[in-house]
Amino acid sequence: MGRNPLRRGSDTGSAPASTAPAARTRTPGAESHSQLVWRRFRRHRLAMASTIVVGLLALVAIFAEFVAPTTPEDYSADHTHAPPQALRFIDTSDGIDLGLYVYGYSSERDPETLAREYTVDESHTIPVGFFVEGTEYEMWGLFPANRHLIGPVNADDPMYLLGADRNGRDMLSRIIYGTRVSLSIGLVGVALAFLIGIALGGISGYFGGRTDTIVQRLIEFTMSIPTIPLWMGLTAAVPNDWGPLTTYFAITVILSLIGWTDLARVVRGRFLSLREEDFVLAARLDGCGRARTIRRHMLPSFTSHIVASLTLAIPLMILAESALSFLGLGLQPPVVSWGVLMQEAQNIHSIAGAPWTLLPGVAVTVAVLALNFIGDGIRDSADPYQ
Amino acid sequence: MWAFLIRRLLYMVPTLFAISLVAFVIIQLPPGNFLTTYIAELSARGETVDRSQIEALEERYGLNDPVYVQYLNWISGIVLHGDFGQSFQYQRDVSELIWGRLGISVGIALCTVLVSWAIAFPIGIYSAVRQHSAGDYVFTFLGFLGLATPNFMLALLFVWISFAYFGQSVGGIVSREYVDAPWNLGKLLDVAGNLWIPVLIIGTAGTAVLIRVLRANILDELRKPYVTTARAKGLPEWRVILKYPVRMSLSPFISTVGWVLPTIVGGEVMVSIVLSLDTTGPLLLEALRTQDMYLAGAFILLLGALTLIGTLLSDLLLAWWDPRIRHSQLEEA
Repeated sequence: MGRNPLRRGSDTGSAPASTAPAARTRTPGAESHSQLVWRRFRRHRLAMASTIVVGLLALVAIFAEFVAPTTPEDYSADHTHAPPQALRFIDTSDGIDLGLYVYGYSSERDPETLAREYTVDESHTIPVGFFVEGTEYEMWGLFPANRHLIGPVNADDPMYLLGADRNGRDMLSRIIYGTRVSLSIGLVGVALAFLIGIALGGISGYFGGRTDTIVQRLIEFTMSIPTIPLWMGLTAAVPNDWGPLTTYFAITVILSLIGWTDLARVVRGRFLSLREEDFVLAARLDGCGRARTIRRHMLPSFTSHIVASLTLAIPLMILAESALSFLGLGLQPPVVSWGVLMQEAQNIHSIAGAPWTLLPGVAVTVAVLALNFIGDGIRDSADPYQ
Repeated sequence: MWAFLIRRLLYMVPTLFAISLVAFVIIQLPPGNFLTTYIAELSARGETVDRSQIEALEERYGLNDPVYVQYLNWISGIVLHGDFGQSFQYQRDVSELIWGRLGISVGIALCTVLVSWAIAFPIGIYSAVRQHSAGDYVFTFLGFLGLATPNFMLALLFVWISFAYFGQSVGGIVSREYVDAPWNLGKLLDVAGNLWIPVLIIGTAGTAVLIRVLRANILDELRKPYVTTARAKGLPEWRVILKYPVRMSLSPFISTVGWVLPTIVGGEVMVSIVLSLDTTGPLLLEALRTQDMYLAGAFILLLGALTLIGTLLSDLLLAWWDPRIRHSQLEEA
């Protein structure tokens, strides 16, 4: 805690000296808009911490194959619904031995219910290591590899840090692969919604008048339909025999078709207030064309607002995807997303016997929470001149 | 006032028409229809399908007509006779199936709005007046958590906790011993006892938003000079806050009902499916899966209509509450 301000002080002290001497005598207003925004954003501690969380999630999503201890399809009939193992650091079985390991399982079938019951077998330790060789995978579908960030040293040993599902597949690996699909659906969905939103909102706000009224009615109408029933109806219409990729895009398009309204409203609102500003009038009197006025003079002053709305829209998409997939209307297995994984937790037997099947929901909550904090942070720092 | 009301009601007509179109398009979107799904199911079980019987059914339901004829038949049935068509799955009138469940849905939505107000109101005021206090941080954090957790996840967590720690399996609104009983105090208490959990779960996200809106509004108002004036005149602190800033902050609070309602209806659908409540959610999901088109269409249409009515009510409430809005509306009309 105490070291931080000191370090920041030395940072700001050395940076101007090394770059440009003129920057030392900077006056307020000499900084660019984005610098001001960034400075305010940095003071938002929750938002900064959330940025790190989201950054890590993004890394996990990008390098899913490598980060996951195994592949999501890797099943083991001997470990159905195996409970999570605790990762241990110090082995005291004979002397003190540093190193990662987990305890093995011993399982037996309940003679009445035929369900497997697991006990931790403390005599059997499974060494765990970093950058170990394990299940083969295709990195990004491009080249084969078998190194994993973390995994059992002996690839055949069971390691289920977050437990296993009903087919004995590793929950941790599945959640990691799900990160890729769930986060990217949020991003792609928001990108599509943004295109629709900025086009319609911009047109509506810039031209005003009758165009504005028509677009406003359209927005009001879209917002007046309860989203979940509408989404359910639209996704139910996606044929089951479509391939995973087609379904993925169909779902994304459906999510963005309903998600654009908020963005359009934000864009329109900013446009309306900016249109009356003196600098816009000045630009027009200087002979700037419409496109140039919008691009060079209006866009920069509301980019941060739009970035904030975009960031706040991503979690909504992620929530919607998980809800629809949970109902079985969205993505379908074998595609792995957080919502698809939650399908496992649909009945009371699986929740009662294997509560760790609820963990993908925790991943949803963490991602949504972090993105919300970032969005709030950007929104708070979007107006640095206040 | 009346002119405003009538104008708003007239506005609803084209919107309702558009919603009915959307609902119909949605139920027509999946390839095939209920009969093809049904036939596929029968042949999968190895049963033979009588061709002439199928044709008779297609004829009866008008499935071979062009789409616009089907729409006209459907919508004119609803408008002229209040006839929502037949459910293929249940072989009964859609209206028979739907009204009871819709009633429960509306009941739950109303309870949820009231409960979220009751929770958000004191917490919002507290968080604003005691900004940066420990309580404010706790509530803000809980609010964010409530926003970030999917409703169905909360419902699942609740199912798990009640099963693992209390040995109860949850589900249903009316307990078994009261299902066929006439309405009396015991049944009412039983329903209230079962209902508060879904209401709380559905309300989380809405409540969280309301708390944040109220808190932000009051914070804005508290900085205004009239608050200082009121204090300087010697009003007790609670009166200063309740009489002016809180009153000023309530308008956005009321107007949120309009957009909170669609969220609640949606959340209710999800939560009901998890907790197996006899509301619209599970039936709508099943109807969509089996392509029971008239049943699904009626649900989407009626939920949309309900949302419109909710928005209208919230606007009227707002006009009644806030003279500034009332006057501007009157000028417009």
